Amino acid sequence: MATIAQRLDAIWGEKPGLLSFIGTVDHKRIGMRYFYTGMLFFVFGGIEALIMRTQLAEARLHLVDPETYNQLFSMHGITMMFLFAMPVLSGFGNYFVPLMIGARDMAFPRLNAFGYWVFLAGGLFMYSAFLVGHAPDDGWFNYLPLGDSTFSPGLNIDYYALGLIFLGISTTGGAINFIVTIFKGRAPGMTLNRIPIFVWGELAMAFQIVFALPMLTLACVMLVLQRKFGFHFFDAAAGGDPLLWQHLFWIFGHPEVYIVVLPAFGIASAIIPTHSRRPMIGYTFIVLAELGTALIGFGVWVHHMFATGLPQMTMAFISAASFMVAIPSGVQVFAWLATMVAGKIRLNTPMLYIIGFITTFVIGGVTGVMFSSIPFDQQTHDSMFVVAHLHYVLFGGAVFPMLAAIHHWGPKMTGRMLSERLGKISFWLVFVGFNLNMFPLHILGILGQPRRTYTYERGLGWDIHNLISTVGAFMLGVGVLVVIWNWYRSKSRGAEAGPDPWGGETLEWATSSPPPHYNFVTVPTVRSKEPVWDQPDLRDGQAPEDGGYALDSGHTTLSTSLLDAQPQAVVHMPHETPWPFYLTVCLSVLFFGLLVDAYAVAAAAAIASAASIMGWFWPRGETQET
Amino acid sequence: MSDTTATLENLRFPEQELPEHVAGTRAFGWWGMVWLIATEATLFAALIASYFYLRFQYGTVWPPGDIAIPTLQLPIVMSVILLSSSIPVHFAESAIKKGKVGGLKLGLAIGFILGVAFLAITFGIEWPEKLGEFTPRTNVYGSLFYTILGFHAAHVIVGLAMNLWAQVRAWKGAFDRDRHLTIQNFTMYWHFVDVVWVFVFSTIYLSPHL
Amino acid sequence: MLWISTGVFVVVVAMLVRAVLRGRRTNDDLDKRTIGWGEPFIAIAGVLVPVLILGGVYLFSLGQMNALSTVGAEAKMKIDVIGHDWWWEVRYPNGAITANEIHIPVGEVVRLNLTTADVIHSFWVPELQVKQDQIPGHDNSLWISADEPGRYRGQCAEFCGLQHANMVVTVVAEDRDAYDTWVAAEARPASTVASDGADIFMSSSCAGCHAIRGTEATGQLGPDLTHVASRTTIAGVLDNTPTNLARFVADPQTVKPGVTMPPTELSPEEVDAVVQYLESLR
Repeated sequence: MATIAQRLDAIWGEKPGLLSFIGTVDHKRIGMRYFYTGMLFFVFGGIEALIMRTQLAEARLHLVDPETYNQLFSMHGITMMFLFAMPVLSGFGNYFVPLMIGARDMAFPRLNAFGYWVFLAGGLFMYSAFLVGHAPDDGWFNYLPLGDSTFSPGLNIDYYALGLIFLGISTTGGAINFIVTIFKGRAPGMTLNRIPIFVWGELAMAFQIVFALPMLTLACVMLVLQRKFGFHFFDAAAGGDPLLWQHLFWIFGHPEVYIVVLPAFGIASAIIPTHSRRPMIGYTFIVLAELGTALIGFGVWVHHMFATGLPQMTMAFISAASFMVAIPSGVQVFAWLATMVAGKIRLNTPMLYIIGFITTFVIGGVTGVMFSSIPFDQQTHDSMFVVAHLHYVLFGGAVFPMLAAIHHWGPKMTGRMLSERLGKISFWLVFVGFNLNMFPLHILGILGQPRRTYTYERGLGWDIHNLISTVGAFMLGVGVLVVIWNWYRSKSRGAEAGPDPWGGETLEWATSSPPPHYNFVTVPTVRSKEPVWDQPDLRDGQAPEDGGYALDSGHTTLSTSLLDAQPQAVVHMPHETPWPFYLTVCLSVLFFGLLVDAYAVAAAAAIASAASIMGWFWPRGETQET
Repeated sequence: MSDTTATLENLRFPEQELPEHVAGTRAFGWWGMVWLIATEATLFAALIASYFYLRFQYGTVWPPGDIAIPTLQLPIVMSVILLSSSIPVHFAESAIKKGKVGGLKLGLAIGFILGVAFLAITFGIEWPEKLGEFTPRTNVYGSLFYTILGFHAAHVIVGLAMNLWAQVRAWKGAFDRDRHLTIQNFTMYWHFVDVVWVFVFSTIYLSPHL
Repeated sequence: MLWISTGVFVVVVAMLVRAVLRGRRTNDDLDKRTIGWGEPFIAIAGVLVPVLILGGVYLFSLGQMNALSTVGAEAKMKIDVIGHDWWWEVRYPNGAITANEIHIPVGEVVRLNLTTADVIHSFWVPELQVKQDQIPGHDNSLWISADEPGRYRGQCAEFCGLQHANMVVTVVAEDRDAYDTWVAAEARPASTVASDGADIFMSSSCAGCHAIRGTEATGQLGPDLTHVASRTTIAGVLDNTPTNLARFVADPQTVKPGVTMPPTELSPEEVDAVVQYLESLR
């Protein structure tokens, strides 16, 4: 084994230096970058939220002017969805999908690197809008005609539309990469019914991205054409229709909720069996529920438009689908509960966050079911009640699992344990803070406070609920700071984690923490749904005579068949390369050129981009001959 | 399933005996192209759905204003040219699967010429004529007309770039009986562009006649 | 619905508590035994029960939706409500025009025709009815009916720009006689009294945007001011007092930042005269 490891080190190691910094294709380094960058944007989005909550602490406060407030709530939504939740979940996916399926890397490592760089560039593009004081100010939903040049003449909405198109390139590439990796890169023997549920979650997410994101991209392209070149898609006076924007946006926008929530559910399904000390009950139920949610999620977008005056038949149909989409979520909740009750749970930080996740998500889920009822929705739509609901779903359903994952997978990523004491303190701050922050908003919504308002009148009875909410928001903020401190502290002072600190069941626990560049000394043959529990031989690398694949004669990984994961080919993987980075730079220039109407610059950047693509695919060694 | 998997696990696949250069469903790249096409097809479906959504929202007169229903003669010629280009491209792929590089080069070249001819008619005859009648700024019909055709033309251009790349690589001797994933992916993409044209043609040129 | 939701929540929390208690009592060993009740439990609690509950709630809500739409068919009275950045124009069939204030007779079903002059707004008076969007190119409508006389506060519910937070409407429900008197008075043109304030109003930019029926002022951009003194609010959010009116006329951008009305070019004396004139428009 040792000699195999030495050979693999020589083949897979990346030399430190600038080339490796901008050119790395290691899914673990890229995953860490997604994670750190996404967490940075989480802090930005959190600061935006705290400014808003401070403004709303009392009636008629004037901390910020209405224009600033509108930019803050718009960027808060855009940041949390596109720059925090999706990238961090992609980051966990990038890091752990290849590990969990026993692969050496993602199927397309250069596309992976490109995806990160474009995400970073797109995030900087969006945030550069603050520097010129023109951040998007019409919400993340950006309804037309408010977002048209007549009513929003500044650069604000151009930043929005171009930024989302730019980020969409990253997300689409990432989704295709996940699908192909999970279809073709699984270790031999990892048949469909042995794929870890987290991997299923990332797969369901990727399917949704492939079919939902084009809607947003198209809507944004149409918006750019309308704003910059006088096209008329959403212009009622010239035969267009503002509702087309809403349809396109929400055909994307509702699946987007599941894009964020499904991989987070996957995280829960990864943590619960480990810390309940028993295999997941209802594996098949959960997998079908995840895929079912991904499917039904496409049929419910109109429930964001129940107040637009659509025909009753349409609304009745969508209402039914919206009720239905609750069922798969319920199935998963009861499967987790059954596993926890039947097992013997350890009440450590990851598990506390999971318990916090289940309770808050269930509240978000039942209020979501209330919205499926059209009269109720038409009453509370666009009120603070919706703000409460969506945060219970998204913060409860996605951020709590992410925080659980930080404590559960952090030791694998850094090699050091996080502090349990700080972890528990952070949990209680986050959990109590979140509920104080969001629960009163239900009441405010029913009392009639609309969302997206920078201030409110005195004497409406709204003040006390708003004040409690603000206090909760700051408590939550402190909790997040404790998490960040805990992570930072663990890197120098945390206890050594060792390969498998929790006694986990999936393959990421069968290698060192952090794993070597090549992930596993041998790509194992998997014979169980919980391979690390059932195959003790995996712990120090499966010997070739037991079915391990050394693949130590080249920079390669295995391609296996879609259903049975039967080995089909040895695939040469690309080495580090700067071309994805160069391409990103060219595209950034292209998008800034479009932003400021410098079309000559944009055209030059487009040509440079084409040249970068050629550089990317230029034949070098074995990798290009596929 | 358990029986088959049990036997599969016991089957040994010595890594030295596994092929290193594969095409089709065994290759990562093939699946990558399949999913790229899936997401692109969704984009076109959304464009076409937007067209019909706006048409039926608009009312009974379509195209609106003084715009005439598009004539079919030239678009039919364009369709014949573009759709026929799939044939030589198909033969190029079959040729390289048998290891015949000459057939590959010839097929690619004929496909390329037909694609260029399609674009030449689009931008040289069809668009100048239409732009004299209406522009994207005239009304929503104009916006849809040029956007949908423009999106498709952009895909033809990308396809031609891939074709050229494949041709150059073919001359450098990159492809043979086993190594031809690039050709396979290009062919798949080109067929996709042609199939999309059928929908684009039906939407833009045929549907206003109904 | 609240009870069902609470019930679901209680079941979930109870199971979590059970799991936590059980976890405390036992050791850390793996337990790989399959359990018989697991999957049947998921099938019943996660699929069967939800299908029954959700199906029932769905049918109930369809019934409610149907009821809501049949009541609307009875409406005899129709009022046009047009959304503007950031105020509501209200037009009655008899020619009365007002802003941010809708009077309706108590106990009668009134249909509101909801349109917009610029961006999307959404009409929402929580105590009276559900909300309905006002969308360019679409004619939407909503019925309202108040069982009790009184004032009902409403607010724009679709984000519409800078002053979305202050786009407030008040529905005043009063008995039929009071309503008839009010609507007849609002339909009459303004009584023409010559005054300094009137002259300043007509000769300055005021008249370019505001209409006062019966005078030369015919602007359409801002609210109709024919009977502005009879309203209870200014710009939807201020009480209609002479002081507040003077404040708003003198410096609208501080009261409602971003509002279309520009800062005044009138001297303080002229503002007072205009306010005096406006206060006479009952």
